[in-house]
Amino acid sequence: MAAVVHLEDIHKIYDSGEVQVHAVRGVSLEFSKGEFMAVMGASGSGKSTLMNTLGCLDRPTRGRYLLDGVDVGQLDRNQLADLRNEKLGFVFQGFNLLSRTTALENVELPMLYGPHRPSAREMQERALRCLDIVGLSDRADHFPSQLSGGQQQRVAIARALVNHPQVLLADEPTGNLDSKTAIDVMGVFQRLNDQGITIVMVTHELDIARFCKRNLIMRDGRVVSDIAVPDRLVAEVELRRLQDAETAAKLTA
Amino acid sequence: MQLRSTFTVSFRALRRNTMRSILTALGIIIGVGAVIAMVSIGNGAKSMVESQIAALGENLILVFSGSITQGGARTGAFGAGTLAVDDAEAIAREVSTVVAVSPEVRAGAQILANGLNWSTQILGEGADYLTIRQWPLAEGLMFTDSDVRSVGKVCVIGQTVASQLFPGGSPVGQTLRIRNQPFRVTGVLAAKGLSVQGADQDDLVIVPYTSLMRRVTKQTMLRSIIVQASSPETMASAQSEIIGLLRQRHHTTDQTDDFTVRTQEEIAQAATATSNTMTLLLGAIAGVSLIVGGIGIMNIMLVSVTERTREIGIRLAVGAHGSEIQLQFLTEAVVLSAFGGLIGILLGIGASELLSSLNHWPTLVSPTVVVSAFLGSAAVGVISGFYPARKASLLDPIDALRYE
Repeated sequence: MAAVVHLEDIHKIYDSGEVQVHAVRGVSLEFSKGEFMAVMGASGSGKSTLMNTLGCLDRPTRGRYLLDGVDVGQLDRNQLADLRNEKLGFVFQGFNLLSRTTALENVELPMLYGPHRPSAREMQERALRCLDIVGLSDRADHFPSQLSGGQQQRVAIARALVNHPQVLLADEPTGNLDSKTAIDVMGVFQRLNDQGITIVMVTHELDIARFCKRNLIMRDGRVVSDIAVPDRLVAEVELRRLQDAETAAKLTA
Repeated sequence: MQLRSTFTVSFRALRRNTMRSILTALGIIIGVGAVIAMVSIGNGAKSMVESQIAALGENLILVFSGSITQGGARTGAFGAGTLAVDDAEAIAREVSTVVAVSPEVRAGAQILANGLNWSTQILGEGADYLTIRQWPLAEGLMFTDSDVRSVGKVCVIGQTVASQLFPGGSPVGQTLRIRNQPFRVTGVLAAKGLSVQGADQDDLVIVPYTSLMRRVTKQTMLRSIIVQASSPETMASAQSEIIGLLRQRHHTTDQTDDFTVRTQEEIAQAATATSNTMTLLLGAIAGVSLIVGGIGIMNIMLVSVTERTREIGIRLAVGAHGSEIQLQFLTEAVVLSAFGGLIGILLGIGASELLSSLNHWPTLVSPTVVVSAFLGSAAVGVISGFYPARKASLLDPIDALRYE
């Protein structure tokens, strides 16, 4: 299978005048469709920079990045925007939904941009379908402030899915969520991955990373470990286990 | 991106902050409303002045007797009496575009009738005077050319004189005395009301100019000559022909002219210049409030760009181009100001109507002002929205997303 993402000796140097920060020092990486990878590492290990590069939000100082066969280094600001619109979906730690905007309109947002704009009706249908995938079709006209953290993150996932991206990028998607909701969100990711969607996520939680297929550990701008997860957790099983534990502790009925 | 989706995005953004949007638009609403109301008041005043100038008559050319220098002392206007009856006859005879001429002399006098007396102005005019002034009679008849030639003791009187001297019944056929000369009243003029300057235009007696000159004032020269040209187009040529003719007769040049020839237009221009200045002043003051409204929009848009940095980051991350962000913010500003402009137009027209009905001020809402006030408000929107929009479009997506 052809590689969706192909990184070749990527370097990123931030030049803030006198000090040069070498955030990423030669990362080569490849993964194909259906991958589910967690990028891990301490603060300053370069994982966020790598994610920004993967997300075409930032251009590498050196090296080659092919996304779905397109050389990202050759593209200008607007072409990068179109690429993000068509081939990438973003999920952020802080959800980053537009406030005072309904869940449906938030999900419609990526379709308002990009070279191929669907009709208003098609936008609504597609947005509803994506909300249905994350199990929130009955909350379409709710505002973010009326939704729980887990629900907000699921709206964000629906928004990331709406343009049928090649890769879904998630930056600490469970960082603001309690452990049960976090597993819930990981369950959504696992289901999407089972349907063939490629997912790359940054996390610093080891147990969250164990829901992924592949773990990439970074330190000082280099990849120090890249392994397949041996005993992968399944979200539904873990959820049930948590439920049982809570029942035992009489937390829930 | 299509324009339609920019509108979708902008409307959604404005709707999210309905209260703020309305308050922002308020600046423009007041600005546009004030411009329209002020200019309408000014235009109304101007149209009032113009209609009163038009009431002087149609296609009028006024020839005034000028000043002359005698032994170093200069007489004032009308002082010299440089125009002769011959001049008036020459104008009527030789200037082909002239349709009517009325030589004029004036005097003030105490007049008596019915044992009552009244001090008023006596106008000595030709028989065509009322035709030229388009001044109808309420009753009776105007004196005729033969009365003028025969130095007849006849007169027509204004409404004020009629009510002061003949309070009982109709003055027509009765006699009044001007400096002991009896004059028979042949007609009463229709009421004309107050002039622009507030003078009572009905307080006068009109007699044949020959009668006033020979019987009352014993003068030989005219104060002025009132000339009517055949049409508005012939005014200019008639004016220059009259000037040429009088220079020839008086042996003067433009340096030494002892007369002045003014067209009605020139008089109207002088009179409306004041109200034009007032309109301009009012409009300018209101324009300042429009600019203040524009600065309000710019301020809100700038705050909005900072406040919505994360929103901009999200939009950029999901694929918005910088130009689309710029267009969104610009559209928001223009929608605000255009919306404000429309409401301001209604408000301005409403305020004008209210003012004219409450205070009986004439107001005149001109379409030009409405259109230019609207375009002005849209321009204010574009100008005040441009800088914040540009600022938003240049944000880096990563920085914008991280912004707290």
